[in-house]
Amino acid sequence: MSRYVATRAIRGANAIVAEADVLLQKALKEKGADQAVAFPNTAYFLPVALGMMGHEVSTLGELEPVMTYAKSMLHPIPDSKVWTPYLGETLDSGMATLLAAETIEAIRFVYGEQPEPYPGFQLAGGTSFTSPDNGGEPSLDGHLNGPIDDIQLRSWGIQLVDGRMPGFAAIIGAARSNEAAVSIVRELQQRSILTFLSGNVNGRSIIDQLQEEGVEMGYDTYIVPFGRDTLSAIYALGFATRSALTFGGLKGGQWRDILLYNKNRVFAFALALGEVDDLKYAAAAGAISYGFPVIADTIIPEILPTGVTRYEHVISMPWNEIEGETESEKAKQLVQKCIEVRGVKIQITEVPVPVPYGSAFEGEVVRRADMRAEFGGKGSRAYEYLFMADMDDVEDGKIEVIGPEFDTLDEGGFMDLGILVKVAGRKMESDFEPVLERQIHYFVNGASGIQHIGQRDIAWIRISKAAAEKGFTLKHFGDILHARFHGDFGTIVDKVEVKIITEPKLYAEWLEKAREAYNERNERMGAMTDESVEDFYSCTLCQSFAPDHVCIVSPERLGLCGAYNWLDCKASFQINPTGPNQPIKKGECLDDDKGYFTGVNEYAVQASHGSVSDVAMYSVMENPMTACGCFECIMMVIPEANGFMIVSREDTSMTPAGMTFSTLAGVAGGGLQTPGVMGHGKFFVLSKKFIRADGGLKRVVWLSSIMKEQMAEQLKEAAIREGDPDLIDKIADERDCTDVEGLVKHLQEKNHPALSLPPLM
Amino acid sequence: MAKKERTPEEASRDQATITLLTQATEEGIETSFSRADSMAACPIGSDGYCCKVCGMGPCRLVKEGQTGICGATRETVAARNFARMVAAGAAAHSDHGRDLAYTLLAAAEGHAPDYSIKDPAKLREMAGYLDVAVDGKTTEELAKDVALAALGEFGKVEGKIKYLDRAPPKRQEIWKKLGIEPRNVDREIVEIMHRTHIGNDQDAEHILDHAMRAALGDGWGGSMMATDLSDVLFGTPAPVISEANLGVLKDDEVNIIIHGHEPTLSEMIVAAAQDPEMIKYAKSKGAEGITMAGICCTANETLMRQGVPLAGNFLQQELAILTGAVEAMVVDIQCIMQGVVKLAENYHTELITTSPKAKITGATHMEFDEHRAMEIAKEIVRKAVDRYPERKKTRIPEDKAELIPGFSHEYIRYALGGTHRGSFRPLNDAIISGRIRGVVANIGCNNARVCHDHLHQHVVTEFLKNDVLVVETGCGAIASAKQGYMTPEAAFEAAGPGLREVCEAVGMPPVLHMGSCVDNSRILTVLAEMATETGLGEDISDIPAVGMAPEWMSEKAISIGTYCVASGAYVIMGHKSPVSGVEVVDRMISDGWESKVGGRMEFINDPEEIVRRSLAHIDKKRAALGLPEYDPTKWGQSGDARMEQLIELPLEERIEAAYGNKAE
Repeated sequence: MSRYVATRAIRGANAIVAEADVLLQKALKEKGADQAVAFPNTAYFLPVALGMMGHEVSTLGELEPVMTYAKSMLHPIPDSKVWTPYLGETLDSGMATLLAAETIEAIRFVYGEQPEPYPGFQLAGGTSFTSPDNGGEPSLDGHLNGPIDDIQLRSWGIQLVDGRMPGFAAIIGAARSNEAAVSIVRELQQRSILTFLSGNVNGRSIIDQLQEEGVEMGYDTYIVPFGRDTLSAIYALGFATRSALTFGGLKGGQWRDILLYNKNRVFAFALALGEVDDLKYAAAAGAISYGFPVIADTIIPEILPTGVTRYEHVISMPWNEIEGETESEKAKQLVQKCIEVRGVKIQITEVPVPVPYGSAFEGEVVRRADMRAEFGGKGSRAYEYLFMADMDDVEDGKIEVIGPEFDTLDEGGFMDLGILVKVAGRKMESDFEPVLERQIHYFVNGASGIQHIGQRDIAWIRISKAAAEKGFTLKHFGDILHARFHGDFGTIVDKVEVKIITEPKLYAEWLEKAREAYNERNERMGAMTDESVEDFYSCTLCQSFAPDHVCIVSPERLGLCGAYNWLDCKASFQINPTGPNQPIKKGECLDDDKGYFTGVNEYAVQASHGSVSDVAMYSVMENPMTACGCFECIMMVIPEANGFMIVSREDTSMTPAGMTFSTLAGVAGGGLQTPGVMGHGKFFVLSKKFIRADGGLKRVVWLSSIMKEQMAEQLKEAAIREGDPDLIDKIADERDCTDVEGLVKHLQEKNHPALSLPPLM
Repeated sequence: MAKKERTPEEASRDQATITLLTQATEEGIETSFSRADSMAACPIGSDGYCCKVCGMGPCRLVKEGQTGICGATRETVAARNFARMVAAGAAAHSDHGRDLAYTLLAAAEGHAPDYSIKDPAKLREMAGYLDVAVDGKTTEELAKDVALAALGEFGKVEGKIKYLDRAPPKRQEIWKKLGIEPRNVDREIVEIMHRTHIGNDQDAEHILDHAMRAALGDGWGGSMMATDLSDVLFGTPAPVISEANLGVLKDDEVNIIIHGHEPTLSEMIVAAAQDPEMIKYAKSKGAEGITMAGICCTANETLMRQGVPLAGNFLQQELAILTGAVEAMVVDIQCIMQGVVKLAENYHTELITTSPKAKITGATHMEFDEHRAMEIAKEIVRKAVDRYPERKKTRIPEDKAELIPGFSHEYIRYALGGTHRGSFRPLNDAIISGRIRGVVANIGCNNARVCHDHLHQHVVTEFLKNDVLVVETGCGAIASAKQGYMTPEAAFEAAGPGLREVCEAVGMPPVLHMGSCVDNSRILTVLAEMATETGLGEDISDIPAVGMAPEWMSEKAISIGTYCVASGAYVIMGHKSPVSGVEVVDRMISDGWESKVGGRMEFINDPEEIVRRSLAHIDKKRAALGLPEYDPTKWGQSGDARMEQLIELPLEERIEAAYGNKAE
């Protein structure tokens, strides 16, 4: 700190705590102490209060201890002469500010004032906020985002842990100009840094600036507009706190560990745009306790000595003094500085395309109205096919567009497209072909203004008008793929050649070949069983985030995050032999039914530091595999139904277990073995080995409807395989029932096979 | 032969002292300064050649190769004398600690109703170190068990002192290997007396090894427990605002000086002096109120916790009386010059002794009893007030300086990260980066044979310029306080650019007051924490730090110096070595100890040389850790300076100017 910063932060803290106290007293009078208080769809109550105090707030009355604690953290402002030290006192005041801010936002939820209403605003992508004005249906319109829900937190988990998303930026205030605002956010997006927006300067927020410039904000674009006041920045710290609880295996009240977890593992920083007032200084002091530095685009006192944060604490980079001719050049410098100060590790592969590029653009949607051309979807077909060839047969860097460019199309028109990628490499194996092919989706999606959905011959690509105006052509797909395959898979791929085909005859010819290959690969994958391989793979990708958990991935059981199957792990091991995926000698099979292997058990003992000694690969009732926090779904035994329910991460509804996904996640995570509860990947449900020891798919009595829809065909095939073709219809979902009584009734009506299986308990 | 009398300016660097010494000289009043001038030190004793441990002597071994009647060599004699100084020093600190344990016991048992547990958290922490179970006990029950456990450490039958576990593991290993882990506090002191008896341990190195063992029992035992027990009973210090030097005495109030080393009584007197009944009584005698001020470590104890101003350090005790403005000087134990009694006879000052262990002929003895502490404190205050009407002409110097004391290691930890993130990481980071070049602990006494405060002032000034953070206790701390180095503003004037940045970030002074001389244990704790925080090695001996007592005089200083060396520190004592005539022994405590425990003790009288060697040592340790070379030109960018220019502007200009200057 400095005396100036301390003075303003401590003054700001005193003011906001007093305000929170007044609001709380008023709310208690008007609504009563028993009035429920909650942020939507989270199992972590008010996360900062939970993290720092171990205190679970679910009613207004329970906010009182939060205020008492916040008050105990307040201090007088330093004297102007012969002052006493202020660093510790300022950081305490910062913590008081966070607790007060969280209290105020919680009260605002009670009054329907959060998420902040914003007429005409539309969020990009999902939100779990249920608008009371919308008949209880989730609404994306007319309000800002408010706090991030657990579902989104968990779905970003894998990206946070594998480094695709290096960290987050909490922007507070308003940029020097709209152009500056857009440039800063674009720079962050290009680096895949999650961006949280809050605050304003004299009533004008960066959210207003981006809205005026037509920048999409929402989960899909990695730009989350929390609210237009400074207080909403508390959601960033709630997110940080929950990261430690969700992925770090920490419990509420372990404040020191939670803060150090963030300092050491969560690469976040605060970017204060425009004038910094008392409250912003106070909130910044709170962020510094998390190890998050603060960078400002105005003159504020710099705090360069290190220690609470890894590098400098506060950096001032006055906008006018940043070198650069244009706002966008200045933005680049500013963001570069932020990254430097936080020490964020970013690998960027330079991708030579005329539009911004980064995985933050992966979720971007191109609406029909903004679309220049479309490939696949309703009117046309697009496919992508990657295959290996001999070294001599591949000309690295050769990119051909065969057939007409899309500039021949009318605006909004469509055409057929084939993308062929021919690769060669000494370590390349045909098994890796599908692994690499699936990357095309992520790689192409990284370009701003390009939307990619699906894979194989159901790919669907849109190019926006904006991208086309900037000069994006079909050839650039080749540039992207060439750059990214070399950048990300350089150890197995030495040469990459790309053909983009729109010429009808050649298109049809290659589509045939591609389909043959898809079928052949399906068969190969289907034939690949746990019995047919010697090695399983460990996955410690999450260990930077969840230190005690280890995944074991086998051909018939993919990672619980859903992102890594056995082939992915094998390829990853080839790419980085000392990396997170190591082969585990399967060893002797001790129990074929439950899936006990000597090698797996030995590995579990070592990796869990002795806390787990046996792992059953195919059972949930006995020594199930542990979980971190990024699982796609959770299964839990429902004794009355003699079966299991499976709830997916996207499903916010109540379940027959009496808990929502978010609450269940607390039981399933943390690296503990809890018989009867397990986190797993969605596609595991389709595996022949899926809880084989406990009865397999026939034990599934309740399944989130979203999974039923997403995997409809595969589930049907699995049901046929299990000898009960109508099984999926017999399985209930949240539309049928969300309690045990309803479930049992449903199962009896449908004559679900679980009821006639041997008792589970 | 009388030496040449020094002028007041030659005798002290402290203006208040110079003013009063000038008057004393004019009036022919004798002080320790004039006595030092008129009597040279005994040359035989000061070289370490005097043996008086038996009735055949005293023997004076003035010639090379000469032995005592028993045949004891110069080496044996010098080592024995040195060890006995350690024994006396360790005994003084530790006995102080023991008394505090008894006070805690009495408080816990309800026999000392004026005392309470002010820091229950620290009590629980102590319980942890002493293996006392905490669960289910009331504070009083726990306090009793902790007091008994602490008392047990003084004379326990087997094992070692439990607090040794607070040292870095590597350090503990060294002690264990060398066989110098103190078994209990008292035994090692007694064993020094035994070993140094006629005809016993007559191997200098062997005697000195044991001196380290007894000294460790002081630093990591008696002193450390004294600090902890004081904090439990009177509160763990945190920053307060106060003032230092004789200018804190008031012309129109009753002035009571508390002097000595213990907080037990002085805390009560401070409370009694604030009692409305006492203030009313003072007013009834024509005074405006009651002012308390301290000298020596009683001063430091009450300063750290209550902000009671400092009247001065050791050599100012007589001068306080010379002001004619002191109604009573209340003393407890240690460092009280007998000369003050005679001096007080010339004034209205009541000299009151209070400790059952320290009576002074001619002084009023009002024995302190913790069972009726407040009652006695009030009697003492009343006695002082009664003196007020007899006050004659006063001459209170104007000199005083503000200071921010109160840097317990707990507070430093808090200051560097608050409740939630407190740690020594920022300090280690600052040293690693080179903003802070290293740390100097400047402690210890005044010595009438060296210019008062001169060495303290000189070395601290130089260290600050060189970006060395200075931590202090005892009379050294009072010297810096008077010099104005203990305000946060001092960092802007006196510190180098890197240290200034750190001080500004924390809001702290460049020189930290850490307490009394038993509180050197706080410095040990800080060093241990720095060693375990990572980045600065694994042991105290790895840290770029130096300890020094440039104006040392007491045996306690020798004990402190010895336990710091045994803990791995490079220690520079000023003035003169008590073994200076015996080169072999001089080498044993420097090179010899360094090879055994990594720390060394040197005696250097030249302040320039002290600074030079300290910086060389710090740079050597930095290099050994692989830290960047000290380069002050890299630092100094952060802080409020630019912001202060900005807020000078009118509001409308400020908004635009906040974005900085447009490029030309």
